[in-house]
Amino acid sequence: MTGVDVENSEPSAAADTAAIEDDSLLVVRDLKKHFPIKGGLFGRQVGAVRAVDGVSFSVGAGETLGLVGESGCGKSTAGRTVTMLLEPTAGSIRFDGREIAGYSRNQMRGLRRDVQMIFQDPYSSLNPRHTIGTIVGAPFRIQKVKTEKGIKAEVQGLLERVGLNPEHYNRYPHEFSGGQRQRIGIARAIALQPKLIVCDEPVSALDVSIQAQVVNLLEDLQNEFDLAYIFVAHDLSVVRHISDRVAVMYLGKIMELTTRDTLYSAPMHPYTHALMSAVPVPDPEKEGRRERILLVGDLPSPINPPAGCVFHTRCPLYREVLTDSQKEKCVAIEPGLDEAAPGHLVYCHYPTVRADVAQAEDIGVTTAIEAVTVVDETGDPKESPASADQEK
Amino acid sequence: MTAEPIEVTVEEDRRSDAFLSVRDLRVHFPTGDGLVKAVDGLTFDLDRGEVLGIVGESGSGKSVTSQAILGLHKGSQAKVTGEIWYNGQDLNSADEKDMRSLRGAEIAMIFQDPLSSLHPFYTVGSQVSEAYRVHNDVSRAAARKRAVEMLKLVGIPNADRRYDDYPHQFSGGMRQRAMIAMALICDPALLIADEPTTALDVTVQAQILELLKNMQREFDSAIILITHDLGVVAETCDQVVVMYGGQCVEKGAVNDIFYRPEMPYAWGLLGSMPRMDRDRQTRLKPIKGSPPSLINVPTGCVFNPRCAYQHHVEGDRCVTEHPDLLETAPGHAVRCHIEPEKRREIFEHEVKVDL
Repeated sequence: MTGVDVENSEPSAAADTAAIEDDSLLVVRDLKKHFPIKGGLFGRQVGAVRAVDGVSFSVGAGETLGLVGESGCGKSTAGRTVTMLLEPTAGSIRFDGREIAGYSRNQMRGLRRDVQMIFQDPYSSLNPRHTIGTIVGAPFRIQKVKTEKGIKAEVQGLLERVGLNPEHYNRYPHEFSGGQRQRIGIARAIALQPKLIVCDEPVSALDVSIQAQVVNLLEDLQNEFDLAYIFVAHDLSVVRHISDRVAVMYLGKIMELTTRDTLYSAPMHPYTHALMSAVPVPDPEKEGRRERILLVGDLPSPINPPAGCVFHTRCPLYREVLTDSQKEKCVAIEPGLDEAAPGHLVYCHYPTVRADVAQAEDIGVTTAIEAVTVVDETGDPKESPASADQEK
Repeated sequence: MTAEPIEVTVEEDRRSDAFLSVRDLRVHFPTGDGLVKAVDGLTFDLDRGEVLGIVGESGSGKSVTSQAILGLHKGSQAKVTGEIWYNGQDLNSADEKDMRSLRGAEIAMIFQDPLSSLHPFYTVGSQVSEAYRVHNDVSRAAARKRAVEMLKLVGIPNADRRYDDYPHQFSGGMRQRAMIAMALICDPALLIADEPTTALDVTVQAQILELLKNMQREFDSAIILITHDLGVVAETCDQVVVMYGGQCVEKGAVNDIFYRPEMPYAWGLLGSMPRMDRDRQTRLKPIKGSPPSLINVPTGCVFNPRCAYQHHVEGDRCVTEHPDLLETAPGHAVRCHIEPEKRREIFEHEVKVDL
C-alpha cells in the first residue's frame, strides 16, 4: 500500500489502493482547485482559496459515489472541476481512458455528451424564458444529435420517462413545482444518455415526500442506462441510501473514503464521527438518549488551512484523547488518505472505529467507546431534551 | 391504548392559561386565479417553555401561519380571520402600532432564507443592532457592544470585525447565525423560527438547535419551530402540528406523532425519508402525487388524492365529506375518516413494520 507521505509527496503516489481503481470510468488523482485572490496595486495574486486541495477518487460505470461534507468543504467545487466546468489548478482527471484535465472548452464540448450535471436549485438552473421543450431539447441541438423522430418526440419521451406530462412541452418553468422542475433538470441531463452525471445536491431543495420520488427516479435511471453518479450532498441519510461508496470531505480534502456499509457502520475518522452524531433522527426517544459530538470552533479558512492535519484544530480526538507526543504528529505531519483497513481510506494518524455514532438499529447507542470522550461545546453536562420525557 | 375515541372537536374555546392561543385561524389571499386558502382553520395552544413544531411540505401553510401571528399580513390583500391570543391580547385585531412594539421585542422571527431577509446595503452588524436600538433607548456604541456579544453567542468568529461586513461576505450558515442573533437580541418571549436550520450543515444545525434549546431553557420562552425535517422535530419539539394543504391534519405530543401517528399523511412522511437509524431500505416509499393547489383544494379530505388508505372508509366519504379534526386520545387529534380503531390497526400491522 502506498500512502501519501507529506515529506516526499508525489501527486501520482496519492493513493494506489484498492479503493481507487485505475480502470474505472472516472479516475481523479490529486485534484486541486485553487481560486486566486487578487490584491494590491497591480492586482497581483496574493493568495489562493484552496477549495479543493488534492482529492483522489474513482467512479466505476454504473456506480454511485457520494461526496458528503459541510458547506465550504469543496464538494461542489470538486464536482464542477471533475466536469471541467471549472478548470483544475493541478491534478489529473481521467475519464473513460482519456486525460481531460487540460481540455479546452471546445474539446470538452464533445465530452459533454458523456458527462452531465444536475444542479441543486431547480429554480435558477432552468432559463425562465425558455419552454421546457427548448430546455430539454437543448442538448440535442447543441450537440447536433440526429434523432429518429425529431427532437420534439425525443423530448416528449424524456419528459414521460421522468414522470412529467409530455403535453407540457410548451410550458415555462414557472408553471412547475420544485419537484417537477428537478425532473426537467434530470430529463435534460439524461437526454444524450451520458455515462456520468454529477448531481450537485439534487434533492436538497425538495420536500421530503418529493425527495423520495426523485431519489427513486435517479435510481431507476441508473439501472436503466447504467449511469454513474457523483452524488454531492450534505444529507447523510440520502447519501447512505443512494451511494455505493462515500467520500467525506473537509476543507478541500477527503477525510474518509470507503464503501457505504463500512462508512455508516464503522466510521474511523473523528470528523465522520461528529458528522454522523449530528444528524437528527426522527425518533424522540432515541434522540433523547443520543450523545452529540459537537465540533468546537469554526471551519478554518481555506485560504490558510491549518498545518499538519487540517482537522486538528477542531478534532475531538486531538483535544480530548491524544497525548502531547501524539499531538505533535498531528500538527507537524499531514496524514495521507491511507488504508486503515482493507478498502477503507482514512486521512488520520489515529483512526478509531466508533460504531456508537452510526445509529444503526442493532447497535446500542449508549455504549460509548472509552477511547473517545464526548465533548460539548459549552462543557455543560448534556441533558436529554425535554421532548423525550414530556408527555401531556 | 384505550379503545373509545373521545369525540370532541378541538375547536373549543381558547384555553385561558395558554401563552399563545390560535383559534380557527384562516388566511385567504384573493388572487386573479381565485381565492388561495393558505391557512384554513388552524387551532393550537402553546405554553411558555414549550416548543411547538409545525411540520409540513412547502405550500402547506406553515410559513403563512407564522406571518399571521406576527401580523405581517396586515395592510396586504390577505384576509385573516380567527383569533391569535398572546398574553391576553388578540393579535389579529391589534393595530399596527401595537404590533410594532411587540415585533422584535416580545415576538421575534427567524426567517427561512437569510440572504433575502438581510438587507444587502447595510452591514450585518448594523442590522443586528438596529433590532436592539428600536426597542431599547441605548447609544449606538452600547447597541454595537450588545450586537457583537450576540454575534459571538451564535458562534460568529471575530465578531467585532465581522460586525462591519456586508451580508454577501457571510457564508449561508453565518448569515443564519446573524439572523438568529438579530432575533434573540431583545430576549423575546415567543420565537418563531421558520426553517431556521434548513440552510445549515448538520454540525452547525446541531449547534444552532442546542443554542435555541439553551436559550429557551434560560428565558423560559416559547418557540414555534416551522420545519419539514422530522429529525429536527424529534430532537427539539414538545408538541407537533402536522399541516397539509393549509389545514392541520394531525396534532399531538411529539411521542404521539412519532410512535402513534394515525393520519395517512403522517405515515407517508415518516415512511418516505431515508433513515440513518434503520437498516437501509432498498427503495424509498414516496407519497404519490404532489401537494394540492390551494386554489382548488380537493373536496372532502385534502389528502384524498394522495391517500393510499381510502378503501378503509365506506363509500366515498373521503372525497365528499370534509373530516373534522377529532381527538383520538387526550391531546392527540387526527383529521381522518378511517375509524380510530382501524387506523391504529393499520399503523401497527402495515405501516410500522416498514418504517
